[in-house]
Amino acid sequence: MDDKIRIGHGSGGSMMQTLIREVFIPAIGNPYLEAGGDAALLPFPEGALAFTTDTFVVNPLFFPGGDIGKLAVCGTLNDLAVVGAKPLYMSAAFLLEEGLDIRVLKMILASMAGEAEAAGVPVVAADTKVVEKAKADKVFIQMSGIGQVSSDKRHLSSMEKLVPGDVLIVNGSIGEHSVAVLAAREDTPLLCPAYSDCANLTGLIEEVWPFMSGIHAMRDLTRGGLATVCCEMASLRRLGIKLREEEIPVLPVTESFCELFGYEPYYLANEGKVILAVEKTMAQDVLKIWRAHPLGKQAAIIGEITDLSPDEVILHTRIGGKRRLIPLPGEQLPRIC
Amino acid sequence: MKIIDQFRHKELAASLVRQIHQEAKGDYTFMEVCGGHTMAIQQFGIPSLLPPGIRLLSGPGCPVCVTARNYVDEAILLAERTGVLLATYGDLLRVPGSKGSLEQSRAEGALVRVIYSPLDVLKLARENPHLQVIFLAIGFETTAPGNGIALMEAQNQGLKNFFMLSAQKVMPPAMQAVVQEGSGVQGFICPGHVSTITGSGIFEFLPRDYGIACVISGFEPVDLLLSILLLIRQINHSQPRIEVQYARAVKPEGNLKAQAVIDRAFDLTPSWWRGFGTISDSGLAPKPSLADWDAQRVFDIQFQEKEDEGLCRCADILRGSAKPFECPLFGLDCTPANPIGACMVSPEGACAASYKYQNYGR
Repeated sequence: MDDKIRIGHGSGGSMMQTLIREVFIPAIGNPYLEAGGDAALLPFPEGALAFTTDTFVVNPLFFPGGDIGKLAVCGTLNDLAVVGAKPLYMSAAFLLEEGLDIRVLKMILASMAGEAEAAGVPVVAADTKVVEKAKADKVFIQMSGIGQVSSDKRHLSSMEKLVPGDVLIVNGSIGEHSVAVLAAREDTPLLCPAYSDCANLTGLIEEVWPFMSGIHAMRDLTRGGLATVCCEMASLRRLGIKLREEEIPVLPVTESFCELFGYEPYYLANEGKVILAVEKTMAQDVLKIWRAHPLGKQAAIIGEITDLSPDEVILHTRIGGKRRLIPLPGEQLPRIC
Repeated sequence: MKIIDQFRHKELAASLVRQIHQEAKGDYTFMEVCGGHTMAIQQFGIPSLLPPGIRLLSGPGCPVCVTARNYVDEAILLAERTGVLLATYGDLLRVPGSKGSLEQSRAEGALVRVIYSPLDVLKLARENPHLQVIFLAIGFETTAPGNGIALMEAQNQGLKNFFMLSAQKVMPPAMQAVVQEGSGVQGFICPGHVSTITGSGIFEFLPRDYGIACVISGFEPVDLLLSILLLIRQINHSQPRIEVQYARAVKPEGNLKAQAVIDRAFDLTPSWWRGFGTISDSGLAPKPSLADWDAQRVFDIQFQEKEDEGLCRCADILRGSAKPFECPLFGLDCTPANPIGACMVSPEGACAASYKYQNYGR
């Protein structure tokens, strides 16, 4: 076996077969994948199908708290979980740059396999392509996921039950994924280390399924951060959102990082955070359950749905002022001074 | 964060707000000069806490806002040359030139790198000896010392591929222009970080010659509220002077080492400001002894600055003669995602800060 990816590894010929046999199957193999057909044959579940797809590119590939493989599996599972789906199957397509160290690929696959196995969700279809050096950046992963949504959870993705008075709960401190990746990318010396919050949220979310009748909306806070997701929720249902700055959990390292670069934590990306809107009467129960879960220890009630300012997210600042939060327009840019 | 927490203290802020409401009599027009202040004021929702008679204007202290469109055009032309790598602070990336922005040039393949410190540019130059690395140096007295060190280090290290395209500026002449233009500004929230470098003396002409109240302020909500209260008191008592609210960082004499770096690296030159035109002795250009590292000289660049044409009112806004929402483009054709004027690009820009805030400010 070579130690670097070569163009031939994507040729469809025997080099590719060797790569699949020796690198992919040992890591992410399962009966569906090993059947080797052009498509996997899967039992058809009852209820609605949830189907999601996402492409994962991250620089650096490995960062404190995660790596591109873990990110891909968790991101796919989380997208399914927040629409109320029980994740069933995933697919993965790998775009590899010629010259990639195969040990790096193995590390990524091991990480994916660990996450997929822990979640009990197999990768049932996979593909590999190799492009010439400099035509891609090391590894890109394209993942899709399928899940089953029972009828009592079908309102989550449309948020049709969202009403004024609903309470917003987030499962922990925001912004750490961006801080960890940016700090690793820019080689920024931070006073204390930052770890990505990258995590599979399906377990945490399943904990609150017994309250599904009162849970009216759920979103994972990925790119664009808390502010952008809240803006999307507000404009989708033409309702207002009030957030209380003092209640929004932000770690000191994130706060320092934002001070230094002129960012706001509300726009930083997360890979293990979810916001839900729940009927007021159930809010304390949901909060209690989340706080007892390892991924929800810092869970907090951060605001509520209102009918005061349709389409708008209003942040009540820690000194008692008010301001709008708007969606992130583009990339957050560090300031000059 | 313990120190910062005291300056974000809810009760302390509330008591300052109460005092402002008690002592404010009638109308006041204040200008926060520094873009960092503009941003902090919006970030903490300060306008929503003030009495309606207090009008806060944003001044010419947002570096990318006052920089000429032509500077961006020249930077883009440089970026499009083969063998050139352009290093810039993030703010400048999306600023529209006459035909596109550096962000668009980057998307089309130009080598444009966002840096966080001028010393990163020296590293880029050393690591890419085959490229000409050009640093877009904009900003005020706060950033000039770091830029000056990079320039002199390039000379010390004999780097042949490091160049600085300077549009650096100094603050006091623009503040004088604001007053002379008749913006009605009665008091300045003076720039805090500029003052840490220069000391408080550079603003003395404002109360002395023009009767303008001045408070050098920090950047936290309690700092800003206290500074506003101090300005109100100076005006109520007709005692305009320089007060240093930001005493934990600003010394009367400033940072002498940093001042020495600026003096060694740069000469004062005339400089063009959006909204004001050319102001004498308001720019910082590399000294003739550093000409080999001065991109303007090496690449023979002539800036032909003029005010932007069209409906954009950035120029009026920077002069303090218009508020962002008085611009016909504001929030409609011109938004943070699709900025037309420079004031909408930087988060420090008056328009970008106001856009975030629409219904809750004035």
